[in-house]
Amino acid sequence: MSGNSIRDIFFQECEDLSDALTDGLNEMADGTGDSETVNAVFRAVHSIKGSGGAFGLEDLVGFAHKFETVLDAVRSHELQADDNLMPILLRSGDVLIDLIEAARMETEINQEAVDTTLAALAEFLPDEDQEPEEEFSFQPMVLAIPDVAVSGAEEDTQAGFRISFTPARAFYEVGNDPLHLIAALGDLGSLEVIADLSQIPDDIDNSDWENGYLSWDIKLETPATDETVKAVFGFVEDLCTVSVHPMGTNGEVLRTTTPEAAVAAIPENGAGEPPSPEAPSKQDSEGDKSSGPPEDPAKTAAKPAKGPVKSPPSAAAREAKATLRVDLERVDRLINAVGELIINQSVIAQRIEDAGLGKSDDIQVDLEDYKHLAREIQEGVMAIRAQPVKPLFQRMARIVREVTAATGKKVQFVTVGEGTEVDKTLVERLSDPLTHMIRNAIDHGIEESETRVRAGKDPEGVIQLSAEHRSGNVLIEIMDDGAGLNRDRIKAIAVEKGIVAEDADLSVTEIDQLLFAPGFSTAKEVTNLSGRGVGMDVVKTAITSLGGRIGISSSPGQGSTFSITLPLTLAVMDGMVVTVADQTMVIPIASVSETIRPRKEDIFMLGVEHPVLQIRGEYIPIVDLGTALGHPARDIPLENRVFLLVRTEKISQCAIAVDGISDQRQVVIKSLEGDYGKITGISAATILGDGKIALIVDPDGIASAVSAAPMSQLPAQPSSPLTEPAHV
Amino acid sequence: MYDETKAVADDGAVFEFISLYVGEQSFCIELNRIREIRRWEPVTMLPHSPPFVLGVVNLRGAVIPIIDLASKLGFPPFEPTKRNVIIICNLGEQVIGLLVESVSEILTVDLSEMQEAPRIKEDANNTAICGVISIKDDMTRVIDLEAMMGIGEEPALNE
Repeated sequence: MSGNSIRDIFFQECEDLSDALTDGLNEMADGTGDSETVNAVFRAVHSIKGSGGAFGLEDLVGFAHKFETVLDAVRSHELQADDNLMPILLRSGDVLIDLIEAARMETEINQEAVDTTLAALAEFLPDEDQEPEEEFSFQPMVLAIPDVAVSGAEEDTQAGFRISFTPARAFYEVGNDPLHLIAALGDLGSLEVIADLSQIPDDIDNSDWENGYLSWDIKLETPATDETVKAVFGFVEDLCTVSVHPMGTNGEVLRTTTPEAAVAAIPENGAGEPPSPEAPSKQDSEGDKSSGPPEDPAKTAAKPAKGPVKSPPSAAAREAKATLRVDLERVDRLINAVGELIINQSVIAQRIEDAGLGKSDDIQVDLEDYKHLAREIQEGVMAIRAQPVKPLFQRMARIVREVTAATGKKVQFVTVGEGTEVDKTLVERLSDPLTHMIRNAIDHGIEESETRVRAGKDPEGVIQLSAEHRSGNVLIEIMDDGAGLNRDRIKAIAVEKGIVAEDADLSVTEIDQLLFAPGFSTAKEVTNLSGRGVGMDVVKTAITSLGGRIGISSSPGQGSTFSITLPLTLAVMDGMVVTVADQTMVIPIASVSETIRPRKEDIFMLGVEHPVLQIRGEYIPIVDLGTALGHPARDIPLENRVFLLVRTEKISQCAIAVDGISDQRQVVIKSLEGDYGKITGISAATILGDGKIALIVDPDGIASAVSAAPMSQLPAQPSSPLTEPAHV
Repeated sequence: MYDETKAVADDGAVFEFISLYVGEQSFCIELNRIREIRRWEPVTMLPHSPPFVLGVVNLRGAVIPIIDLASKLGFPPFEPTKRNVIIICNLGEQVIGLLVESVSEILTVDLSEMQEAPRIKEDANNTAICGVISIKDDMTRVIDLEAMMGIGEEPALNE
């Protein structure tokens, strides 16, 4: 077991603990939490602190300690988690997660944020810098100790601790060694360790070696606090049963009686402390016995003895819901294979049809079963990648806190449908666009409190982030109850920036769409929050690259809603199968807003070679997909083609002319870039039912081939990601 | 053929090649670069591709670009039929298919039998051939896949 892997496990655990922490804090903030919630938050912080200590993460531990102390005060009702304290607790949660992240990435943390939060916490600390009295014992999984409630740190005669320690099976499975823990205890003071061998089965040779048959009864004489002792086990507390009891000077467990057992002692050779003389060692000739079940002679001696410590199986039963951490690559490989299965299924179907077997033939029935099974497997595999949007939403809650703190606006953040599951990649790649939109909503959408009051609204604004599944897509909405879009100003800015002509007669929707035009940024002054020159166009690019679309609806004085529609997965896409110059191609349905059979009188020529289509009084450029892809021009007149109306980034709209539409279906996306490279106008390839490859068209790339379009003279769109500061 | 060349394996590395025909000349490619040999099947054309890229085919779910070896080596392109074959080979991380007229046999060659290709004139078609091996009355030309595909000068296939 390398240090690295333990470190990895630690950070994985921290992830789970951070989730629990955020959940709990949010519940406390909502007022939906009870005392158990506070306990859960406390436990999470405590565990992070405990494990962090094991890795020497001093900043982390120091911060967690202060945080924990305040939480403890809340737990014991010395402090109220009210409007004063709650924001600080939330912020502390954020800082703690930052600290973990910084430790994981080994990066520097924003020390200022940590210090301010620490200072804020310190105001609530009962007695600053004083080690809190351990009135409670943090014992998440005490088993087999008759008197659990006993914890009296008040005992003055206390000389050390009596520890009972029973590793569960999982403890060994992840490669822990009890010897290390006992050695760590040995560093705290003098040790006396007694191993309980009573659980070792008779048939030692055939028993399961990974099972934990051993438990230890440890007497530790130490001046250290109960917390320090428990911290030794902090890292493995889920994997074993530990109880720590204060012990009097004579070695008796204070107010606890544990029957002495006839046991064999294991000398603690790693701790550098002399073995206890009272327990004669039977096996000290052997080196590292604590890591494996001892041998036969010990077993017979131990057999008739006690049974109070007896628990390993329950550790597994306690896990509410078993989960599995799997390498993402394995899942992706499975998804690829399943994609092949689907293709293979349609190839076979086609072959059978070509063979001329009737519909009632047995093989058709079997084929139908095959099809269902293949679909079922596909759905199951896709579900592995599906993740709830909750972590994403929690991150957004954080953004809201940061932005409200920076702007001084009062905003209530509401989330709906946190359990909605979407593809993992979507969860990751939505983070930047959503951050940007949430910032915008607070910065530009929500008004100042006074303005709101004057408008007869609640001084506190509301931002609602919701997610739901709707007809095979995921719908994510960001709704604010702010002032709504100021359309006059949007138009004025667009005119000023040369995006539209001054006398352009634009519909309300068209004005709203201007927000997404490249080079458009409404902030009068560049604030450090949203007006960074990378406007909504980058958000739109990000969403489109995920195969989604974005829309706005807004009413003045009532607020705005941004809706993002996304596919459930990135591996499969809904496509329109078209033919172009005898080639079959696929156009993503997400980008097609309309299909048109043109009338001859609606097609006009702009000069010699630029046809335009008149639609509802508007003229939009026509792109012949065949010519755009380098096929020689053909003699099929435009009016005999089918036009697909697409909305793209470079040109607001354009009509792509194809020879015909043959089908609409789900296609499995295959990248071309690995073995070939990037092709302008083509985003990927897919494999059709007949085993042939069809290329997937990238409408944006195609549209950019048109140069005479009105909006294409815009300044080049910055290709920077959302996070990058830009040019305006 | 196979047997007699095998015997020379004493004093150095032995290479195995697959010999093939393009434009009525014999060429060969190192055997361990070749994944499989398939019959020609119609390809899906790629837009904006250089003339030597015929298109892509579906190889058990992977999308593989197909290169017309004749045109790449400067021969006039030919109209492929079912009798022609595609050699699927590894090109670094990439996998590509080479259309050739036919493949003939596996050659086992001692390194000493391979001569450096006579440098007549430096041009693109010539750098693709890194050596020659004489077989009986004929000569076969060893293709250097990387040099031919211009690996190192990104992008490899489409410019």
